[in-house]
Amino acid sequence: MSDTIGGAPPVIEARNLNLTFETSDGPVHALKDVNLSISKGEFVSFIGPSGCGKTTFLRCIAALERPTDGTLTVNGVTPDEARQKRAYGYVFQAAGLYPWRTIAGNIRLPLEIMGFDKAEQVARAERVLDLVDLKGFGAKFPWQLSGGMQQRASIARALAFDADILLMDEPFGALDEIVRDRLNEELLKLWVRTGKTIGFVTHSIPEAVYLSTKIVVMSPRPGRITDVIDSPLPKERPLDIRDSRAFIEIAHRVREGLRAGHSDEV
Amino acid sequence: MKTLAPILTVLLAIIVLWYGASVLMNRAWTYDQAARAGTTVTASEVIRDAWSQDRPVLPAPHQVAKGLWDGLAGQAVTSKKSLVYHGWQTLKATLVGFLIGTVLGILLAVGIIHNRAMDLSVMPWAIASQTIPILAIAPMVIVVLASQGITGLLPKAIISAYLSFFPVVVGMVKGLRSPDQMQLDLLTTYNASNSQAFWKLRLPASMPYLFASLKVSVAASLVGAIVGELPSGATVGLGARLLSGSYYGQTIQIWSALFAAAILAAGLVILIGWIERRTLARMGMAR
Repeated sequence: MSDTIGGAPPVIEARNLNLTFETSDGPVHALKDVNLSISKGEFVSFIGPSGCGKTTFLRCIAALERPTDGTLTVNGVTPDEARQKRAYGYVFQAAGLYPWRTIAGNIRLPLEIMGFDKAEQVARAERVLDLVDLKGFGAKFPWQLSGGMQQRASIARALAFDADILLMDEPFGALDEIVRDRLNEELLKLWVRTGKTIGFVTHSIPEAVYLSTKIVVMSPRPGRITDVIDSPLPKERPLDIRDSRAFIEIAHRVREGLRAGHSDEV
Repeated sequence: MKTLAPILTVLLAIIVLWYGASVLMNRAWTYDQAARAGTTVTASEVIRDAWSQDRPVLPAPHQVAKGLWDGLAGQAVTSKKSLVYHGWQTLKATLVGFLIGTVLGILLAVGIIHNRAMDLSVMPWAIASQTIPILAIAPMVIVVLASQGITGLLPKAIISAYLSFFPVVVGMVKGLRSPDQMQLDLLTTYNASNSQAFWKLRLPASMPYLFASLKVSVAASLVGAIVGELPSGATVGLGARLLSGSYYGQTIQIWSALFAAAILAAGLVILIGWIERRTLARMGMAR
């Protein structure tokens, strides 16, 4: 499964990764023998039912969880070192904007923490607001924006400090289908423009297939990878690519992978 | 107008009940006096007398209103009979006590959320401190401080702070812990320090909780200051007015001082409410 492009070292590499949570009902095997390498500039989706460990894996990459066994490197160092070097931006399922800060103020939050100077903060906030199509909304407070706009602002916040990796945990899960389609399209454009490496957790097969260069299918109990699909779709993807034959074939393979993962345990 | 009508109705009902109760409670004196003089009194004479005695058991509303007015406006503000003078003495102790209590409460809350030992140990003591009647603590504070040569405003302020720190601790611990795990995780991804998390997330998130606590605590401060005036020889302050009123059976004086204290408390709570609205509006948290 090690498929580094052109010999460049992988940005994220997991080898025999295991994570067990100790709960009152005994140990829960959240991740079992996970092997995966992600190259620079890839858009990788993690898909699977609840409890398959997709979010846990993303949190391991972000050093928000600690694996119990195996190795995991981010940019060649441990996730915790990568976190301290501010190697990634993380987008949560909820926008989680501070209600007492304006949109621009929220985007400046990581910049303030990281010690950027004032003028740089303002310039960067302007730039990323433009990037997520929220130009002119900087002075608004979060409650004045719709759910979709708030989530775009939270993406802008994650982009503001120019991390090479963007980790997104079901960022559009709480939004309706129409808004979701639009944000998916914008996210793709943003990815093409910025060349970031993106890890994206989702429940939705069409979303995973539409966005990804690589789809990681996972299954629960224990959480593990059942299939890794490299997408043959081109980088430029209009929304109607979802009606193409190639798209439908990949979606079919993802569905099969999900089903196989399920039949294993019964 | 729609909101005013129910308020006035309730107010009117209270006043009517109050006038009725003052007749019921004061008429025994009237009958006594009549019996001693060997005369009889009519119902209307009883009522008129019950509402105009010098030392009634329960003064009628207009008597209290007059007492209050005399105390507030009828005296030079430096006079010992002036409620403005006594109110100001109590207010000074209240404000100093409120300040000490608020600062102490916030510091304790900050310690509790950042230090596990404090988390486990401080709260039981804080709760225990509030279960002891303040009336039992107050004389000891006065005596101990007086033996160190500290008298006047500070002992009252300390008793006031003793009551007012508690709501602030409880509210601020809750408020500083109000950010959810996701918001804390977000700061972890930025590699933010504990102090950055405090100033940028925990403290602003705690503001609504702080103001709710401050409203309770400012009223408690006033109670503490008044209680602190009772055992201190009771020379100045609204507490002194209450105490000397009860020594000499001056019920009108007691009720006037009570109302002065209530007006003061209401004013303080309204003031905090106004600061709360201003602050939260500036923070964009008022809708």
